[in-house]
Amino acid sequence: MVDPRSHWQSESFKRRLRRRNASERRFRFFGVAAVLVAGAALSLLLVSVLSNGLGAAYRTEFALDVEFDPEILGIETPPPGEAVEILASADFGAILRTSLMRRFPEAEGRSEIRELTALLSRGASAELADRLRAKPALLGQRARIWIPTSDDVNFLLKSRESDSGANPSTRLSDRQVGWVDALMDEDRVANRFNSRFFTAGDSREPELAGIGGALIGTALTLLVTLAVSFPLGVSAAIYLEEFAPDNRWTRLLEVNINNLAAVPSIVFGLLGLAVFLGLFGMPRSAPVVGGLTLALMTLPVIIIASRASIAAVPFWIRESARGLGASPVQVVAHQVLPIAMPGIVTGTLLGLARAMGETAPLLMIGMVAFIVDVPTNFADASSALPVQIFLWADSPERGFVEKVSGAILVLLALLAILNGAAIMLRQRFEQRW
Amino acid sequence: MRSNQLSIAVLALASVALWAGHASARDQIRIVGSSTVYPFSTVVAEEFGRSTSFKTPIVESTGTGGGLKLFCAGAGLDTPDIANASRRIKSSEIELCQKNGVSKIIEVEIGYDGIAIARSKESNSIDLTLKQIFLALAREVPTPSGEFVANPNITWKDVDPSLPDIKIEVLGPPPTSGTRDAFNELAMEGGCKTFPEIEALEKTDKTTYKRICQSIREDGAYVEAGENDNLIVQKLVANPSALGIFGFSFLDQNRDRIRGSLVNGVESDFDNIASGKYPVSRPLFFYVKGEHIGTIPGISEYVNEFIGEKAIGDYGYLADRGLIPAPSDERKLIRADVNAGKVVKLAAEN
Repeated sequence: MVDPRSHWQSESFKRRLRRRNASERRFRFFGVAAVLVAGAALSLLLVSVLSNGLGAAYRTEFALDVEFDPEILGIETPPPGEAVEILASADFGAILRTSLMRRFPEAEGRSEIRELTALLSRGASAELADRLRAKPALLGQRARIWIPTSDDVNFLLKSRESDSGANPSTRLSDRQVGWVDALMDEDRVANRFNSRFFTAGDSREPELAGIGGALIGTALTLLVTLAVSFPLGVSAAIYLEEFAPDNRWTRLLEVNINNLAAVPSIVFGLLGLAVFLGLFGMPRSAPVVGGLTLALMTLPVIIIASRASIAAVPFWIRESARGLGASPVQVVAHQVLPIAMPGIVTGTLLGLARAMGETAPLLMIGMVAFIVDVPTNFADASSALPVQIFLWADSPERGFVEKVSGAILVLLALLAILNGAAIMLRQRFEQRW
Repeated sequence: MRSNQLSIAVLALASVALWAGHASARDQIRIVGSSTVYPFSTVVAEEFGRSTSFKTPIVESTGTGGGLKLFCAGAGLDTPDIANASRRIKSSEIELCQKNGVSKIIEVEIGYDGIAIARSKESNSIDLTLKQIFLALAREVPTPSGEFVANPNITWKDVDPSLPDIKIEVLGPPPTSGTRDAFNELAMEGGCKTFPEIEALEKTDKTTYKRICQSIREDGAYVEAGENDNLIVQKLVANPSALGIFGFSFLDQNRDRIRGSLVNGVESDFDNIASGKYPVSRPLFFYVKGEHIGTIPGISEYVNEFIGEKAIGDYGYLADRGLIPAPSDERKLIRADVNAGKVVKLAAEN
């Protein structure tokens, strides 16, 4: 006779079944809820960054009729076919001023004219000089040229859009707003694509600032990080996994490597400051130092990932190779490493992605700095993308709000590419047994 | 694969060795120091790079103390040329400098910075006296019987019956910030001194005096909102009942959203801060390493750009960024001192 409680139709059995089903549903519910919360947080971030950041690549410009008067500029008209020599003293500001004053003859007196020229970006004259350099035929001509405006004009237009025209808040005076309106009536005001955002270095004028310097700084830094940490990390992993004896010392080493992977990044910054700047006397703010410091930080990550990947290579591959007469080094180089490589590369890319987002170690070695010139080699002073975001977020000028979001978008895109590459490599080359 | 890796490693090591060798040659000015002076220093650096043939200086924002430490680390070319400071150099720092071979420190005052107390434009401003600020934010306040008790004030009305019945909620910088130091010194201590019995303490019991006058309450009425002044401004807009404390340039850049409170009946504007009428203001400086002038190209030109009328004058471009120009007589004096190459000395040497 069977115990009635264990019969599948008995009351107690059904109760237990209901409880198990309920707990199953609960578990699923929490799982879905967790995914939803994470997804909501991510989409909130993306929406806020996207809505702010897309404007970063645009700036407001005026179309002005500019006369490149050689006399005001102090430039001699060269014989045809020869390049124009533009002196540093050439006063392009005066040309812009004349052009504005011709359009608005009612502006009189020093302070009014100052207000008028304040509508233009501080970098407008430098850009005008570049324009002439690129097209020397303009000298002596009058041409309609798009000139970047100051950040305040951009903000005026934006606040009008968002407040539906009612009482726009602005730092501009009523007179300045009137001038902008007059230009708008003539279709001489437009938001135009700003390529400087991707090519220029830092600036204190939002309309001139760009992430070019920071992007190149990040690229140079990561190149050094990769060149140092990848060979060192993989070699260490191979030795520890394939050759090292299993004794107290190697186990101690293993614990230490795992610990290092979890050490806060600022500690590596202090190490970099003491060793690379203090001991070796390397230049401050240089990508080579940043790269070496980040390499120290990435090294344990690569070692751990590589060891796991090497350990996952089945034992019979090694034994077959040994049986066919391969030396231990040949086994590693010809069999184990190629099979483990997708995992190693994935780990390396993830390590690099983490290094790319770091600011704390760079703070100590002077890469958190205002740097206008775009770096050209590993020893030039440079910043990095996350550093640039940090510096802009701290600036009083309102225009940097959207620059910050724009730079975050670029950083997110780069991270997505790196992580996507890691996933692709894994799926493409991973071998299953 | 392996030979590739090997060559990369060799390349990396070789490049490291290469740069380790030639760290000395430098043709770019390096500036470190105060985060308050950073916005002004960078604007001058950019203008200097644009208008001269010199390279644009590199400006790091390390804080005044950290910057002067780097500055005083030695006279070698691997140390910074200029240190920005939101306070005067301390005698201990001058001593450190001299010990490390930096003896020609040239002090340049660039103007003033005010600390604004502001509120969202959507609500009425709360005008305060230093005494009210102290009573609202101090950790301990005096009772009529002369004892010190933990600050019991919850609303502004508790502080002073003339103030509105709104909860005290002030967003301000954390203790690591130079703005907080200046606020403690100028606003809190200024309000503290209005009590004669506390002022008497300054002579008799300096530690108690400092504890009473420079401690801000930690019971939630004062919220440390981080070093980022922009964040404080944003939080004020989101929370119209709160007050915020930050550098004047942030008030100036956000006048369409926030409004400054009167302090002791004085408005925080350019004229009042420059003339010293606005009580919560302080001078800003930078220090130049005399040893580097002539070695690093462009230092004198940078200094002249900075102290020129075009930059720190009444209508200079730094005024547009929120720097409060010094009175014109003072500016003349600053220029004369710099041109004469006047060097900072310890009090004992004078």
